[in-house]
Amino acid sequence: MKTILKGRSLEVEINTEGPVIIIGESINPTRRKKLVETLSAGNFDFVHELARVQIEAGADVLDVNVGFPGVDDELLLPETVKSLQQEFDVPLCLDSPNPKAIEAALKVAEGKCLINSVNGEEKSMEAILPIVKEYGAAVIGLVMDDNGITHDPEKRLGVAEKILNRAGKLGISPEDIVIDPLAMAVSADPNACKVTLETIKLVRDKLGLNMTEGSSNVSFGLPNREILNNAFVTLSILYGVTCPIANPVKITSAIRAADLLLGRDDYAMKWVEHFQNTQ
Amino acid sequence: MSTILEQISKCIEFGKINLASPYPPDMKEQEGADELTKKAIDEGIDPNAILDEALIPAMAIVGNKFSKNEIFVPQMLMSAKAMGASMEHIRPFFQSGAAKRKGVFVVGTVAGDLHDIGKNLVAMMVEGGGWEVIDLGVDVASAKFEESINQHPGCIIGLSALLTTTMTNMGTTVKELKAKYPETQILIGGAPVTTEFCEQIGANFYSPDPQGAVNFLNTIAS
Repeated sequence: MKTILKGRSLEVEINTEGPVIIIGESINPTRRKKLVETLSAGNFDFVHELARVQIEAGADVLDVNVGFPGVDDELLLPETVKSLQQEFDVPLCLDSPNPKAIEAALKVAEGKCLINSVNGEEKSMEAILPIVKEYGAAVIGLVMDDNGITHDPEKRLGVAEKILNRAGKLGISPEDIVIDPLAMAVSADPNACKVTLETIKLVRDKLGLNMTEGSSNVSFGLPNREILNNAFVTLSILYGVTCPIANPVKITSAIRAADLLLGRDDYAMKWVEHFQNTQ
Repeated sequence: MSTILEQISKCIEFGKINLASPYPPDMKEQEGADELTKKAIDEGIDPNAILDEALIPAMAIVGNKFSKNEIFVPQMLMSAKAMGASMEHIRPFFQSGAAKRKGVFVVGTVAGDLHDIGKNLVAMMVEGGGWEVIDLGVDVASAKFEESINQHPGCIIGLSALLTTTMTNMGTTVKELKAKYPETQILIGGAPVTTEFCEQIGANFYSPDPQGAVNFLNTIAS
């Protein structure tokens, strides 16, 4: 299964056979006061800096979330997209709970974006899927619905199937659905990551879709977060995750290692290249 | 030999729920918060004393250790479970009026936000601080908080938001609640929340950690 994303001209292929594609998470205002301050002042320099640092560290796609109190993201998201695309060619992942902001950004974006996200709630599918179809985008499907978040992997698979079927009815192909199996904090529930891993395996075996995950979620509330995130992303890749959302500065080494050890990096070219780039 | 209240306090601090619990390993096969609290009540110790001299100080130690990164979320949850086991034996005395709590604290994660860990930690710390806690869960609309204020006049509200995109809903909730109930005290918290944001939206207090919320509530109660 191949999901194709595009920047201005650069094409990125997310392939269930690998190698893993990295979606950089850092353009997100949570815990980034400077991003809020600069964007509020209409200054995109810091967004560009976050983009550059992530691309240099190995990001193939950039998540763009500019939602914070006091800002109209129906204006700011498209402006940020335009500004980023003037400078960078990587595909973008448009991240907002507001479907109007997503649509406004798709109107100005070049190439083919990934939308973050739809979930199995009726309201969400009704709002997001028609936009995905109209603009020929791809979309992340979160496996939660009107019943909330289930801790049963089979039921999470069921939500993935629901999203896939609903999208299919609108003529969206399975290639354009990327499932998020929901990575949650292991500090609050010792089985949280096991449930996610089992969901990943089910989605891979039954649906064969590409999958992302918020790899940094799992370590919330614990020390040594980076090591936990790296261990989890490695396990997730083994089970079937193909395009995690994470901080590339901290996670790229673990991802390149996983690809190499799983026989997806001939002559260790990507591993060595990453080593040389980060010397 | 330490007193039974000191023993209960230790059980809560280190998360020893009951005799059957294997955690923490160095307290294996010892009685836990469950058995010891029952014993204390059977011996005729005032439930208020159990609360004031065992539960509340133990949870304060836990909260302070958490603030200093000496313990982490799983340890907090162990302590909360032990406290819950102890509280089960005290609860009937609240209902009969023989034991008193400091007030009612209504807590929830704001509309559109499904994160519950931080909110749960605050709920358990505040309960362990001697308050009655009503947990409305996640994705809570303003109307649900209003219902609680009507049911428990004088209650204090706690709002949690973990995303910059849902902080906006926190502002809306504060605005709506303050318009109808200007006297109601509202505490806010969550990863993206700051003191400046608290002032902007007209909430009463922001704490970066659960113990800060307990300390603030204590200033109201006293």
